[in-house]
Amino acid sequence: MINTTTKNKMDYWERNKSSGGYLLKKTVGSISYRIIRAILLFGMCFMIIQPILNKISISFMAEEDLYNAMVISIPEHFTAGNYNLAVMFMDYWKTLGNTLLISATIALLQIAACTLVGYGFARFEFPLKKLWFACVILIIVIPPQTISTALHLHFRFFDMFGIAELITGSTINLSGSVLPYYLMSAGCMGLKNGLYIYMIRQLFRTIPNEIEEAAYVDGCGTFKTFYRIMLINATPILTSCYLFAFVWQWTDGFYSKMFLGNIKLLSIQLQQISEKLSSYMINTLHLAGGATIGYTQCIIATGTLMVIVPLLILYLFAQKGFVESLSSTGIKM
Amino acid sequence: MKKQRNKPRGLQRRKAIAGYQFISPFIIGFLLFMVQPFFQSLYMSFSKVEIGAGGFTMKLNGFTNYIRAFTVDTEFTRLLVEEVGRMTANTLAIMVFSFFVALILNQKFKGRALVRAIFFLPVILSSGVILGIEYDNALLSGIQDVIQQSTQFANVSDVVGDILEAFGLADALVAQVYVLVDSIYDIAISSGIQIIIFLSGLQTVPEAMYEAAAIEGCTAWESLWKITFPMVSSLFLVNWVYTIVDFFMRSDNEVMKKIQATMIINLQYDFASAMAWVYFGVVIVIIGVSSLIISKAVYYYD
Repeated sequence: MINTTTKNKMDYWERNKSSGGYLLKKTVGSISYRIIRAILLFGMCFMIIQPILNKISISFMAEEDLYNAMVISIPEHFTAGNYNLAVMFMDYWKTLGNTLLISATIALLQIAACTLVGYGFARFEFPLKKLWFACVILIIVIPPQTISTALHLHFRFFDMFGIAELITGSTINLSGSVLPYYLMSAGCMGLKNGLYIYMIRQLFRTIPNEIEEAAYVDGCGTFKTFYRIMLINATPILTSCYLFAFVWQWTDGFYSKMFLGNIKLLSIQLQQISEKLSSYMINTLHLAGGATIGYTQCIIATGTLMVIVPLLILYLFAQKGFVESLSSTGIKM
Repeated sequence: MKKQRNKPRGLQRRKAIAGYQFISPFIIGFLLFMVQPFFQSLYMSFSKVEIGAGGFTMKLNGFTNYIRAFTVDTEFTRLLVEEVGRMTANTLAIMVFSFFVALILNQKFKGRALVRAIFFLPVILSSGVILGIEYDNALLSGIQDVIQQSTQFANVSDVVGDILEAFGLADALVAQVYVLVDSIYDIAISSGIQIIIFLSGLQTVPEAMYEAAAIEGCTAWESLWKITFPMVSSLFLVNWVYTIVDFFMRSDNEVMKKIQATMIINLQYDFASAMAWVYFGVVIVIIGVSSLIISKAVYYYD
């Protein structure tokens, strides 16, 4: 036994010779493949992270560093002033609280509704199922922008079958209030909800029938089976769906602008940061020219960082939830 | 007798009712928030909308808005053609890139978890408003110019372009590939979800298939095309549709920007809906035709 192992270790060249050079060729091939792969991956990873690193270095630069050709990544005049300005413009802490609350609750509502619907589509046979599922595909494919015009007016002059007009004599103006978006989320009509339904349906379809049948035989009703048996099996994927919903809601500009205009949210504040900077420059500092392009970009970079840092922290902790649970279970589409 | 015949039906009915109970949130939401705006938007695009104090009035006026979009408006047709061209090229590139990356990330190597985490970072970084802001980052390009001038090195891609031109290879197709290579960053940051989908597909390919193929004398290259490719081919369809849909909901999309500006700033709801419907129609046709072609090539194992 010992003899054979030592023989294997020792006689690489001999074995190579006996294989006619094949072994050497194969080893060289696999090593060079690994090196090329490592270089390629390193390059691509760097390409993806570089903008963040760049933003970090820019966010600490004073204005004169931006125009100094000698300063590329390490600021000469180190300053945290950009952060103070960005905090002021975005009303950061209050906005952060709002965004956290809204994203967390909206995502929860959306995923809860989508889970129910996805489960219904995956596990039950009922008339017109194909038609309703076609509707799900339709809401995936229709960009919200197409119907946004009508949706805007729909909520501006909101009325449920003319009831409100009968009672108060006029329609209710819901645009700019939170309620419609919560209602829409509960009805699976929020951001990318069709996609969540689709994913969750695929997930529930992979759970074997026997588990469900056993629960029925033991006297579980349909809802009890759902939350006692099926939901537990689905937790990892539902968590990652929740994380996606949370993140996408956090950065969403479209629905936030349309329905949540009156509440300060990070995504909206970020879009307005450059205007606030120039008005601050003109009104408070009395600089007639306003902010320069370079400095505006610097403040935007700082603001963007401040918006994504909470998400990055979340990503660090929940990385497995984002990546592994989705990719390792192998959902069949 | 009667009871016995009804019993299985009763179970089926109970299940059907339970099914409807489960999907009822969707049905209510769909009817309340989708159906009406959907048809209203369609109706609006064929009419003239006037906004008054107590509401808005709509008067049908046929195809006026559509004719205006195509003949009167100076930008729309050009933007539409440009965006569709950009979408096709980008979608193809994203498919190739994400499949390739998924193949690599599915292999075993040191630090795989870290590399995976970095590749999926764009799912966060390229979503919503952040993408739109990323795009007009004038400062970065300004810095790039400064670096280029001060170091006096020629840009690598410029040199390659010059060489290709010298060989007479710079025809339209090569030029397109060249543009794509230049925009590799855009492609990388918009293919996070696609990589996840491909990766989840690659996990379902049974290891035994590769072993059997290897024993039969199949090289890795051959098993890529004969096993991996057919096994995940259905995901190409999913990713294709997802990428197109994703592309035209992105906030840096010129056509969508124009539509939103027309609606929110100019308050021309009718004209905006007409443009939105034209764009939607074009994309639906593209999705329909291309997925029909792709679905012919898709191989279903089960």
